[in-house]
Amino acid sequence: MAVTTMVGAKIHRREDPKLITGHGSYVDDMQLIGMVHMAVVRSAQAHAKIVSVDLTAASKAPGVVAVYTARDFKKVISGGLPVTESLIADKKQTPNQFPIAESEAVYFGEPIAVVLAESRYQAADCAELVQVEYESLPVLVDFEKALEKGSPTAHTGAPDNVAWDVNFNGGDLEAAFKESEVTVKERIIQQRVFPISMEPRAVLANYVPFGNQLTVWTSSQVPHFIRLFLCIGLGMPESQIRVVAPDVGGGFGSKLRPYPEEYLAAAASKLSGRPVKWIEGRTENLQATSHGRGHIFDIEVGAKRDGTLLALKITMLSDLGAYIGVFGALQSSLAMLLSPGCYKWKAVHGRAIGVLTNKMSTDPYRGAGRPEAAHLVERAVDLVAQELKLDPADVRAKNFAEDFPFTSILGMVYDSGEYQKSLDKAKEIVGYKALRQKQADLRKQGKYLGIGLSTYVEICGVGPSAATAHVSGSLALVESSVVRVHPTGSVTVAVGTHSHGQGHATTFAQIAADALGLPYANIEIREGDTGDTPFGYGSYGSRSLPVGGVSINRSCQKVVDKAKKIAAHMLEAADEDVVFDQGQFYVKGSPDKRKAMGEVAFAAYGPGLPEGMEQGLEAVTYFDPPNFTWPFGAHICVVEVDPETGEVDIQKYVAVDDCGNIINPMIVDGQIHGGVAQGIGQALFEEAVHDPETGALRTGTLLDYSIPGIGEIPNLQLDRTITPSPTNELGVKGVGEAGTIAASAAVINAIVDALSPFGIKHVDMPASPDRLWKQIKQAREHSNGGKEARK
Amino acid sequence: MKHKVATTVNGHKHEHEVEPRLLLVHYLRDVVGLTGTHIGCDTSQCGSCTILVDGKAVKSCTMFAVQAEGRQLTTIEGMAKDGELHPLQQAFWDEHGLQCGYCTPGFIMAAAYLLDQNPNPTEDEIRKGLEGNLCRCTGYVNIVKSVQSAAKAMDGAKAKTSERSAAVGRS
Repeated sequence: MAVTTMVGAKIHRREDPKLITGHGSYVDDMQLIGMVHMAVVRSAQAHAKIVSVDLTAASKAPGVVAVYTARDFKKVISGGLPVTESLIADKKQTPNQFPIAESEAVYFGEPIAVVLAESRYQAADCAELVQVEYESLPVLVDFEKALEKGSPTAHTGAPDNVAWDVNFNGGDLEAAFKESEVTVKERIIQQRVFPISMEPRAVLANYVPFGNQLTVWTSSQVPHFIRLFLCIGLGMPESQIRVVAPDVGGGFGSKLRPYPEEYLAAAASKLSGRPVKWIEGRTENLQATSHGRGHIFDIEVGAKRDGTLLALKITMLSDLGAYIGVFGALQSSLAMLLSPGCYKWKAVHGRAIGVLTNKMSTDPYRGAGRPEAAHLVERAVDLVAQELKLDPADVRAKNFAEDFPFTSILGMVYDSGEYQKSLDKAKEIVGYKALRQKQADLRKQGKYLGIGLSTYVEICGVGPSAATAHVSGSLALVESSVVRVHPTGSVTVAVGTHSHGQGHATTFAQIAADALGLPYANIEIREGDTGDTPFGYGSYGSRSLPVGGVSINRSCQKVVDKAKKIAAHMLEAADEDVVFDQGQFYVKGSPDKRKAMGEVAFAAYGPGLPEGMEQGLEAVTYFDPPNFTWPFGAHICVVEVDPETGEVDIQKYVAVDDCGNIINPMIVDGQIHGGVAQGIGQALFEEAVHDPETGALRTGTLLDYSIPGIGEIPNLQLDRTITPSPTNELGVKGVGEAGTIAASAAVINAIVDALSPFGIKHVDMPASPDRLWKQIKQAREHSNGGKEARK
Repeated sequence: MKHKVATTVNGHKHEHEVEPRLLLVHYLRDVVGLTGTHIGCDTSQCGSCTILVDGKAVKSCTMFAVQAEGRQLTTIEGMAKDGELHPLQQAFWDEHGLQCGYCTPGFIMAAAYLLDQNPNPTEDEIRKGLEGNLCRCTGYVNIVKSVQSAAKAMDGAKAKTSERSAAVGRS
C-alpha cells in the first residue's frame, strides 16, 4: 500500500477556500443581537494635562447609548496593562498604564473617553462631540535629547526618561581593540515603522450580566495571553472568560499584546450590559497600535587588515514611547544578544538604554530586535570591508562560525548552521563574479550598480523556559497541544498558537497525519479559541512550528504509544514486539497480520482493553524546548542607483534561506516573500514621522505612509539549504521572520556599494530618493571642494 | 432622512432605505450582509473593498450606497458559480496567492476587471493594473503568479469554448 508522506509536501492550504470566496470570519464580520458600536476619543496632544472632559453634547447625540471616561472604567478595571518589566534586570522605571488616560495624556492617540452608540456612524459622530480641555505639557519626541540632563520628562513627576540601562558584554573589549589594526565607527538609525496588518485591530465583547460570563472576539496572535490579562484586569476568573481570535488579517507582531481597547470594550460591555464592537480605523491603527523598531545604534568595529573581525562596541538607544511595550524590553534584549551575527568575535560589548518619550509604545514588529541586530552587524562587516578594500563576501567567509553547536561571544548557543554553504549558493545564483565585473564596467559609463550581501542568523523558537523565565516575568514560553483521536479515526488537534496567515491548519495537519499514520483529511486543527484549546503562548517569534508543531508531534507520539499497547493486546503480542509503521501496527516479522490506527482508535473506546487501561485515545503536551532554534541564510540584493534622482531600482533579489526541515515548501516560500517585502519596505519607503514640536503623527494615513505596492517589490529568486535543527525531533527552526531579518541589510549594503565611488560609507533608512539625492550631492560637493583646495 | 436604494448584488435584487452618507462598502457588509468585501484603510489606498460596479472595478469605500442605485454589483461572493471556483479564485489557491486573506477579495475583484480588459497581460501590465491594492503578507510575488495562471486558464477555457462552438457550427 502506498502511503504518502505529508511532511515536506506542497499541500495547498485548506484555509483558502473560505478566504477566496468571501466566507472568512474576521471580527468585523460578526454581529450580535443588541450590539452597540464603540468609538474611542483620543488625545489630540502628545503630552498634556487633561483639564476637563465635557460629555454634555455627546450624551445627547442621536443613537448614543453611553459615554465613559476613566472614572467609569475604574469601577470595573483594576490595575494597568501588563509589561514584562523584569526582562531587563537593571530596570529604572516602568510607568503604569491604565487603559484610558485620566489626568494626563502622554501620547498622541491615547484613549481619553469612549462612546457607545447604536450604529458605527453614530458612534463616530458622538465621539466628535466630546470636548476635551487640555493644558499642554513639554513634548518629548527626540529620544536622544530626552536623555540630556535637565530634559523635561515624558511623565510628570518622573525622575528622568530612562526606563533601563543595561549591558550585554562578552570578551575583553579593550584587548580586542588593542589587537585591531583598523577601526570604523558609524551611527545606524533604525527608524520607527508601522507594522500595518491589512486588517486593523478589532474587538467584539459580550458580557452576560447575571451569568458573569465574558466572551471577547479579538483580532489577536495570542488569545490565551489576552484572556490571562483580561482576567487580571477585570478581576474575573479565567474560567468565566472566553477569548476567541477568529480569522486574523495579519499581525506581524502588532497583535501579540493586550491593548487598551480590549479592556475598554470588555469593560464597556460590563458597564452597559450590551455586546460592544470596536473596529479600529487605519488612522487609529497608525496612532494606537504598537510601532516597530525605533533605535539609534552607535557602533565601533575593530578588525585586522586581513579582515578578521575582532571587536564590536554598541550603544543602543531605544525610543520606547510613553509606556514600555508589553514586550518592548524583549526586542532590546534580542537586538543585543544577536548582534554578533554569524561571526566569531573576540569581544562584543553592548549597552542598551531604553528611553521614554511622548509617543505610542514600540513593541515587536516582524523580527523584533533581530532585524536590528542583523542590520547593524551586516553593516559593520561591510564597513570593515569597504575600509580595507576587501570583497565583503571574503570578509564574511573569513569570520563565519563553523563548528556547531557554536557558542557566540555573548554566550548564545547556535544549534546548527552552514553559513558558507548558503552564501556560496546565493553567490552562484546571482552570478556574483560576473556581477562584480559588470559593476566595474558600468561605473566607467557613469552607472552605479550595487551588490549587497546579508548573511544573517536569527534566534527563533521562543523559547526554553530556563532562558526566558527570568527575563519574561516568570512566563515559561512553552507551547501546548491536545491530540484527540475520535472512535472512527478522525482527529482533533487543539493547539495554543494562532495562525494569522501562516497556514497552521495545513502544516500542523501534515505533521499530525504523518505522526499518527492517518489520512491528512482526518485531521482537524483547532486554534484561537480559549474555550477549546489548551493554554498556550501564541504565535510570534517564528515559534509556532518549532515549539507548537513539536508539541503536536509529541502528543501524537503519546497517542501512538497508547495505541500500540491496544494493538499489542488485539494482536495478542507483547507491547515491545509491536511495530508502528505508517499507520499500521504489526508484530515484528509478521507484517501480514496488522491493525490500522483507525481500527485501534475504535477499539480504544470499546470494551476489552488491556487490564488497567482507561478508554479513550488522546494526549496533551506542554513542550518546553531545550534551546532556541537558529535559522540562517544569505540574501543578495542588486540595485542600480540613479545619482541624478536618487532613485533605487532593485534589479535582482536572491534569498537562500535555511530554516531546517520543511513541512510545506510552498508556505515556507510565501513566508520568505512577505518577509523580504517588509524588509525592503523599511529599507526604502517606510518611516513613522512625528512632528518634532507637537508630537502629532505626520504620517497618519496610508496616503502619508508608504508600504510597498505591487510595483515596488521585484520578483524574488528563492532557494534554500536544509540543515536540520538538533533542538527538536522534527529538525525544524521556523521561518516567519527570516525574510525581514535579512532584507534591510541586503538592500542598504547594495545601495552603499553602488554609491561607494562617491565616498559614501553609510546610508540610513528609508533610503528614499530625496535622502540619497542629498547625500550624493553632498558627497559630490565635498569631493569637488577637495579638488579645488588642492589646486 | 433615509433614501431608497435598489441594487442588484451578485444577481439578486435588493431594496433598502439607507442614510445618504452610507458608504457602499458598509451597505454591502452591514445592510446586505455580504462580509467578504473588507475595509483596510480610511483613505481609499488599500483596495481591500474593491468590487465590480457594472463590471468595472471600484473601491466600494469611494461610493455612497445611494450612488449604486440601479447598478449591477459583483462582490467576491458572486465569483464562484454553481460550486465552481472562478479561475482567479482557483489560481490564488493553487499559487499560494494569499496568506491572511484579508486583502484577497479586493485583489481578486481588481484582477477580474484587469483580465476582462486585458485577457493576456504581461507581468508589467499586471503590476500596473493592480497598483491600487495593497497586500502586507505575500510580497506580491505569488499574486502576480496567480493572475498569470488565471489568465492562462481563462484563455484556455475560452479557446475550448470557441473550439466547441466551432464544432457546433460545423455539425
